[in-house]
Amino acid sequence: MRKLAVDVVVIGGGSTGAGVVRDVAMRGYSTVLLERADLGQGTTGRFHGLLHSGGRYVVSDPLSATECAQENAILSRIQSEAIETTGGYFVTGPDDDPAFADKFLEGAKATGVPAREISVAEALRNEPRLNPRILRAIEVQDGSVDGWQLVWGAANSAKAYGAEILTYHSVTKIDTADGKVTAVHCTDLKNGEDVVIECGFVLNCAGPWAGQIAAMAGAHPVDVIPGRGIMVAMNHRLVNRVVNRCIYPADGDILVPVHTVSIIGTTDVKVDDPDNLAIEPKEVQQMLDAGEVLIPGFRQSRALHAWAGARPLIKDNRVAAADTRHMSRGMAVIDHTTRDGLDGMLTIGGGKLTTYRLMAEHIVDAMCEKLGEKRSCRTADEAIPGSESGKNYLVTHRLEDREHDRLDDQIICECELMSRKMFTDALATQPKGTFDDLRRQLRLGMGPCQGGFCSMRATGIALESDHIDIERATGLLRLFLKNRWIGLWPILYGDQVRQTALDNWIFQGTLDVEHLPQPESEVAL
Amino acid sequence: MSDETKPGLEFAGHEFARASLDACVKCTICETQCPVAAVTPLFSGPKFVGPQAERYRNGDSVDHSLDYCSSCGTCTLVCPQGVQIAELNSQARAVMKADHMPLRDRLIGQTTLMGTMMTPVAPIARAALHNKPIRTIMEKVVGVHRDAPMPPPQGQTFASWWAKRPKPATAATRGTLVFFHGCAGGYFEVETSKKSVEVLEHLGYEVIVPKQGCCGLAQQSNGLFEQASASVLKLCDDLRAAGKDLTIISSSGSCTGMLKHEAHEIMGVDDERLKDVGTRIRDIMEFLLDLHEAGELPTDFATIEMTVPYHAPCQLKSQGMGMPAVEVLGLIPGLTVVESGAVCCGIAGTYGLKKEKYEIAQAVGKPLFEMVKKTNPNLALCDTETCRWQIEQSSGVKTEHPIWMVHRAYGLS
Repeated sequence: MRKLAVDVVVIGGGSTGAGVVRDVAMRGYSTVLLERADLGQGTTGRFHGLLHSGGRYVVSDPLSATECAQENAILSRIQSEAIETTGGYFVTGPDDDPAFADKFLEGAKATGVPAREISVAEALRNEPRLNPRILRAIEVQDGSVDGWQLVWGAANSAKAYGAEILTYHSVTKIDTADGKVTAVHCTDLKNGEDVVIECGFVLNCAGPWAGQIAAMAGAHPVDVIPGRGIMVAMNHRLVNRVVNRCIYPADGDILVPVHTVSIIGTTDVKVDDPDNLAIEPKEVQQMLDAGEVLIPGFRQSRALHAWAGARPLIKDNRVAAADTRHMSRGMAVIDHTTRDGLDGMLTIGGGKLTTYRLMAEHIVDAMCEKLGEKRSCRTADEAIPGSESGKNYLVTHRLEDREHDRLDDQIICECELMSRKMFTDALATQPKGTFDDLRRQLRLGMGPCQGGFCSMRATGIALESDHIDIERATGLLRLFLKNRWIGLWPILYGDQVRQTALDNWIFQGTLDVEHLPQPESEVAL
Repeated sequence: MSDETKPGLEFAGHEFARASLDACVKCTICETQCPVAAVTPLFSGPKFVGPQAERYRNGDSVDHSLDYCSSCGTCTLVCPQGVQIAELNSQARAVMKADHMPLRDRLIGQTTLMGTMMTPVAPIARAALHNKPIRTIMEKVVGVHRDAPMPPPQGQTFASWWAKRPKPATAATRGTLVFFHGCAGGYFEVETSKKSVEVLEHLGYEVIVPKQGCCGLAQQSNGLFEQASASVLKLCDDLRAAGKDLTIISSSGSCTGMLKHEAHEIMGVDDERLKDVGTRIRDIMEFLLDLHEAGELPTDFATIEMTVPYHAPCQLKSQGMGMPAVEVLGLIPGLTVVESGAVCCGIAGTYGLKKEKYEIAQAVGKPLFEMVKKTNPNLALCDTETCRWQIEQSSGVKTEHPIWMVHRAYGLS
């Protein structure tokens, strides 16, 4: 058993937890972040990649709108490397109520969200694939964000301030004594070792899993209602700006260009278990239909992958519990002292990726107040490591990078232009990582071939690196392919079917992946 | 970006070649067939530059090495999935070069101008083009390699020969054809044009040769889309003026390809005039084969005892009509035609003239030059002008259009 002692334990390695651990560390506390899987593997990595301008909420949720507008400006500056300032449009579809745009402009003015109506002709000139039958167009400052880079950026910043980030550490128990949290127990899933961390405070940032964590400390049930949303990534950028429907928030009304793909989403269905999220065929069809309204011919474009995420919405008595779409997107800090008579723990829920830094500021402010200390938040002022230049990400970056090193280095993932060095560098920092862990940082296997050509190359290189043996290499390859498959089968139509057939021939026919040397039990992490 | 290059470039930015990238399954067949990637690492290959890199382009072309693509079109031809790889590359190049089009690339696109300037001073021009110091200066100032093949200046243009020659004594029995000679066929490959119309007249056709301009191919392949689009439409007007619904015949293989498909597929020229001309034009060997298949080609050919190498140019293959010259020449008794089997001669229009591409183009063509020399050191056959100049210059073997052989077999020369 390993023993640690810190001021604050942060539970949850999504955007909120990473933002919180950074804030805690920057205010001078010793801290550890615990995440049961990889950073950004839950909700954070499973949404649109939309950096909200606030436009989405100017009518339905004015407070969120203002917060989004402010945080958008801050994040675009301090995490420039993870954010592309694409800009966005809100467009009135041919059958949408054109009067909503007036409410929108009014709301934008009242909430401080920059917005400007432009002519339909201008919108079509800039985004030629857009439905020519749109009735109105409003320009906003939406952007796109790489959730994993955002989280790793915050985590690296926290590390620079002395924080420890423990991924693949699953919380098993929370000790309390005299109505106060005293320690957190967890297991290192990679080697089975138990770890006990004595602490003065616990910040529960587990998102859809926050209820389960609160229960471990003996708190009354926290009603987090996971709202499931599905997304579909299309093969290339059908638009270069975010395109939203200018209607009251509904399903499938946003198309976001993220890296090389464009992502349509999303749905919102109440689910019971955030670990069991189905991708229903009818929801995929619903997304394709919605895409067709924004981009005629959308259904003929190639879909690459689908996934589902769970929103961490806190139950709100104003709306029925089944209607997760219209629950507050605002954040809620739950004070367990007044609620459960339990000191030393706060839970945060709600919110959204765009406001993750602000959520962290709120919960850490609340903690400082409880501790009776005045330590102010500086997270908005300091750029995180890698974003010091303030230059925002551009989709052309990787192509430009490869242009410079293409004669000196191999390209392992051709679709996402990942070089051999990028892979070996990432592997060296995460020698125990799965290929999905590396994928989240490198985009390995996320392009059109969905791992068909790159995953066996990556496996060979990983084996050569001596970090893994032949059995684990096979296990990792099969795990990677299995996980890719989860997001592939729901969208198997059109061009992606031919790709999948070719990939299958390669793996089954040429590589005989079922009969390679493999460990006795399947590699799971 | 200057205004003159805009419309074609807007098309290049987001039209259907881009949509075709969705069909790519990364099979790499295009890369295995690319003649440029086979000889130099400087070019990243058609799959990389085309369907892969296109996903990273947002109106910007940051990968300047795509200019090593010779636009031979082999990738599009071999792609089993229908990806318009060469078209994507040509479009991306046009976008990339829009801000800094080299003077050289503007100049070598001006094929008509070159012809008009050289013809009146043909002996001087010929001497100058073979003069080392002059060519060295030309390489330094303009960027055209000192050893690159140059068009052979002629003392008389095809148009002036056509105007002055005695008209055929016998009346036409088979109807009327329009002859499109192209810039090279008008100024440099005058003999090929002459022999083409003589064969057509021998077969009993009345031939009309309207006043005609340039198809714009050299401008297009150098990324000057706006100028090329204007040229090709002007040419369509010229050819349409000769008569409605008449079949148009050309012995200029690459210009034919420009009219048949390239202007539309690469630059997005979507115009009824182009559709009209593009569907009426036939390569001369294609036309002769059509006649033969219809049982209408006289095969009273004289015997020519000879073995001759034949190279089918890339831009002919891209027209999707097989190798009509091989089949037509097969009708001549005694003649053995050996198909080169080579992908490309390297020149690809103006690519192999450029000083930074010359060595690559030579390496691309090397197997072909060797094959030609081995098969017949005195004569080779090829359908397009710049390819003939390249083969002749690099192998030292005289290279003719296949129509010369037909002309001879009919006893016309």
